[in-house]
Amino acid sequence: MAGSTLLGNLFGRSPIGPIQEHMKVANDAVQLLPDLLRASADSDWTAGKGLHKEIEKAERAADKLKRSVRRHLPKSLFLPVPRSDLLDLVSMQDAVANTARDIAVLIMGRKMRFPETMQDAVLAFTEACCDTSAQAFLAIQELDELLEVGFSGREVKRVEDMLKQLDKMEQRTDKQAVSLRATLFKMESELQPVDVIFYYRVLYMLGSVADQAEAVGDRLQVLLAK
Amino acid sequence: MDIIAQHGTTFMILACLFGFFMAWGIGANDVANAMGTSVGSRALTITQAIFIAMIFEFAGAYLAGGEVTSTIRKGIIDADVMAGHPELMVYGMLSALLAAATWLLIASIQGWPVSTTHSIVGAIVGFAAVGISVDAIHWGKVGNIMASWVVSPLIAGTLSYGLFMSVKYLILDTEDPFHRAKRIIPIYMWLVGFMIAMVTLVKGLKHVGIKLDMGLGDDFTNAAVASALVGLLVAALGALLLRRIEEVPNEENRFQSVERVFAVLMVFTACSMAFAHGSNDVANAVGPLAAVVGTVQSGGVIAAKSAMPWWILMVGAAGIVVGLATYGWRVILTVGRKITELTPSRGFAAELGAAGTVVIASATGLPISTTHTLVGAVLGVGFARGIGALNTRIIGSIFMSWLITLPAGAGLAIMFFFTFKAIFSF
Repeated sequence: MAGSTLLGNLFGRSPIGPIQEHMKVANDAVQLLPDLLRASADSDWTAGKGLHKEIEKAERAADKLKRSVRRHLPKSLFLPVPRSDLLDLVSMQDAVANTARDIAVLIMGRKMRFPETMQDAVLAFTEACCDTSAQAFLAIQELDELLEVGFSGREVKRVEDMLKQLDKMEQRTDKQAVSLRATLFKMESELQPVDVIFYYRVLYMLGSVADQAEAVGDRLQVLLAK
Repeated sequence: MDIIAQHGTTFMILACLFGFFMAWGIGANDVANAMGTSVGSRALTITQAIFIAMIFEFAGAYLAGGEVTSTIRKGIIDADVMAGHPELMVYGMLSALLAAATWLLIASIQGWPVSTTHSIVGAIVGFAAVGISVDAIHWGKVGNIMASWVVSPLIAGTLSYGLFMSVKYLILDTEDPFHRAKRIIPIYMWLVGFMIAMVTLVKGLKHVGIKLDMGLGDDFTNAAVASALVGLLVAALGALLLRRIEEVPNEENRFQSVERVFAVLMVFTACSMAFAHGSNDVANAVGPLAAVVGTVQSGGVIAAKSAMPWWILMVGAAGIVVGLATYGWRVILTVGRKITELTPSRGFAAELGAAGTVVIASATGLPISTTHTLVGAVLGVGFARGIGALNTRIIGSIFMSWLITLPAGAGLAIMFFFTFKAIFSF
């Protein structure tokens, strides 16, 4: 007899909480990358294997959350922000997790280890990329506050400032990537050609993590734009 | 005349039973929508919600329910057409009550969202049009009522949109929302007190038989000044309660303390919602009952003027309270669980917008659906981008419930009408 509550059926599941949760999990996967690169630097492949597993696990959890968000966003829902923007946002967030997983697969699959002279710079670059993802995560965590104030006013300003910071962090990773590629270029002749190809590849993918984190920020910005 | 004289007591008992049944249905089901918002946003516990519902539903029905009751009782049907056959009025109202209550029960078991108001109006129009004559109905009045069903959710939506926007600018989007909330919220509390007092003074006391005169010229001015004072008292009480709320820093969500301030406000708007619901929906049970009792007591003259005996309202109020106690609390919990997305800052805007609309409708004597009005109010907050996700299919459900409930109520009423006629006047 309790099904007759018009008001109870009026409320859909808010996508905001699950989207935040999704970004949290995606970022969790990314934050394991520095440890993975440290393990590779030490050639500690047992630790690497464990980290790889954890990253895979987080990526799968992110996939599950992504599907759940999409499933709960039917066209009939009336949302405070455009539905397509939210779906784009989730796709971008998911890309971050996927890239983290791809990096782990590549490094562990080839038991890759960067040349000794590059280790410090690579690790610094990895951490900078992860920080970019963490910043995107922080901005996404403001979504519930944004909802609270109806996506307007000071809170929007606050998030926009966070997004500006995110852009800056991403630019820094771009510069680091340029200098790392330059270093690698100079060493090319001394290294195995196949290894070199995959060094470039991993550097590119690490940079992608930062790019995609920035893309998450961009989607958030679109969401906030009137 | 003979029939009334012969079966008068039977009619009275049946009317009381059916009226109680109908009121039980309202208490078991309809009240849940009015109170569920407060329980869902955790502003009230279920026990508090039930107590508020009991007190303010009754107050609303008693103090401001007179106009709607009289519309249901004698506004829809032209009593003159039945002057020679008062028993038809009695059969009709009995069957309308039984039809509406039965339909509500069926719909509730099936889980269909129907409105008590629509069932009873459909039932009354049905028995009168088919059982008596198409001319027996004040079609103009019925047209007004139906128009008000469309207009009331729109008005409520506009009001709650405005209320939520004002909250956004005055409180949420400021440097220190918590302290702003504490200072601004008593104004909304004043509004609640003013609104209830105003309707009571302008429309209610006349039914109770008290006249207020403070020597300020016309009644309206008197009432406005008195209501403003009542509002101040309410605001002062609210401010006192607000002083106990302290700010707790929370990194996860910086607005949690603010919401706790709004939760106090929501206790007040919950009262206004229960009052509004009582002022409009209790009439659905009490109106037909009053019509039967009035006809029987006056010995067959279809009374247009006689005052309504106080115990009739008691039957309605008791039915609602029993409905709440036996079943309604569970429905409140169900509704509450489903609408946790509605935080107090939005819930209050929706409730106040809806309550304001319903109370105005009650004062004008228009029977409207509290639930539909509340849905309109919630959508209004949604338009102000205040709610995570709303199901727009519900608007379709509302139209469906109109399309189905009106003929269903009418059909059942016609069936019962001819049954009663066959039983009592063969």
